[in-house]
Amino acid sequence: MTDRDQRRERILALIEPYNKKGVEVTDATRFAQDLEWDSLTVLDFVAAIEDEFDIIITMNQQAEIETVGQLIDAVGALEAKK
Amino acid sequence: MSDLFDKFQPLIDQREALLSSGVTDPFNLVMEKVESPTVAICNGRRTILLGTYNYMGMTFDPDVVEAGQQALADYGSGTTGSRVLNGTYAGHKACEEALRDFYAMDHAMVFSTGYQANLGIISTIAGKDDYIILDIDSHASIYDGCALGNAQIVPFRHNDVEALEKRLKRLPPEAGKLVVLEGVYSMLGDIAPLKEMVAVSKAAGAMVLVDEAHSMGFIGEHGRGVAEEQGVIDDIDFIIGTFSKSVGTVGGFCVSNHPKFEILRLVCRPYVFTASLPPSVVATAATSIRKLMHGSNKRAHLWENSKRLHGGLRQLGFTLGTEEPQSAIIAVIMPDLEKGAAMWEALLNEGVYVNLARPPATPAGMTLLRCSLCAEHSSEQVEEILGKFERAGRASGCLDTH
Repeated sequence: MTDRDQRRERILALIEPYNKKGVEVTDATRFAQDLEWDSLTVLDFVAAIEDEFDIIITMNQQAEIETVGQLIDAVGALEAKK
Repeated sequence: MSDLFDKFQPLIDQREALLSSGVTDPFNLVMEKVESPTVAICNGRRTILLGTYNYMGMTFDPDVVEAGQQALADYGSGTTGSRVLNGTYAGHKACEEALRDFYAMDHAMVFSTGYQANLGIISTIAGKDDYIILDIDSHASIYDGCALGNAQIVPFRHNDVEALEKRLKRLPPEAGKLVVLEGVYSMLGDIAPLKEMVAVSKAAGAMVLVDEAHSMGFIGEHGRGVAEEQGVIDDIDFIIGTFSKSVGTVGGFCVSNHPKFEILRLVCRPYVFTASLPPSVVATAATSIRKLMHGSNKRAHLWENSKRLHGGLRQLGFTLGTEEPQSAIIAVIMPDLEKGAAMWEALLNEGVYVNLARPPATPAGMTLLRCSLCAEHSSEQVEEILGKFERAGRASGCLDTH
């Protein structure tokens, strides 16, 4: 299992409690359109990701992240910078 | 060709659906005559005003009105210029002096609105590699200040000290950091745990800006706000406020003890590139601010009003935004927008004006009837308001009818 795969598994586990509609999550799944998250859900989810990986994802960076795949890569980049 | 207005269609539909139910448009009320800080004629009916931010009731204060009339006669209707060009009159300096005295701080800078004060200060002091850490429930002017600047923005859950501290600890130690908080949050009328938040911010080497728009004149021994009340005002780097609430006119300001503060007058775009306030406005503001310094009796009566309305509404069975009254704002939580609009209209028919707040301005998608009390509301008016809430609640189905 690659580092990215491991990271992906951890992120998918964190998405699960917020996946109220039971959408099948792939790298192409979009947070706003497919998972239909509102701003408060996004805040809680981002906090969960930040705590899990001990990173900060600023609102500026969040604006660039639309899909699960983009998030996995962004978290990887932020971890590498630590 | 695409119509640029297409993105507003969901809101247009929601508004049309609401109005087609026959309800009075809650966002299009006209005050036909204003009799006092607490009473106006709306739709031909005497209406108790419970939705203004006239907390200290200064809009009809004889000294305030006279100062404005004199300035209008002496200096004309407007300055027609920026503060850094031809727009600084003696009245602007006097107004800034009144603010320095009120807050006991070294510097004061007056903006044309409170919105512009946040827009200007936040966007100017936090640059590209700096971080702004802010409460998720911050006012639109704070978010817009962030959007106008280039800093990295980090939000945290409302009033959560631990969430703030955790984020501060993860930021690069050498980076510039500005923590932005509010004393009173205007939607639910709740206050921030500033004592704890300022402590964790300072420990992380951050500067702290507190918007005290809804507390000025009312909260704290000298009316300096929640930071004064909680004993941390000396650790606050910047206080932002407005003249459109307790001061009773329009305008905004920032006060600070920062030794280099005055340079902001040259680099802050929402200060430089706009016309300064009319002389009559700064004259009313300066007079009002100086009178607020001696407003302890008014402050005590406003607290009485807040406690009575909060307790009375709870007794009637309404769900409120805070467990205890924390400010002059009491938010009544409505089940949904339709019920909220019906209740709002029923109250107007009873002769009470409150503000209807709806998503996205509200936290967690709530619909709220926001009551803002005034020091000039008499105890009898508060009882009258409670009676009207009871009748309107039953008429609109927000309270049980039996």
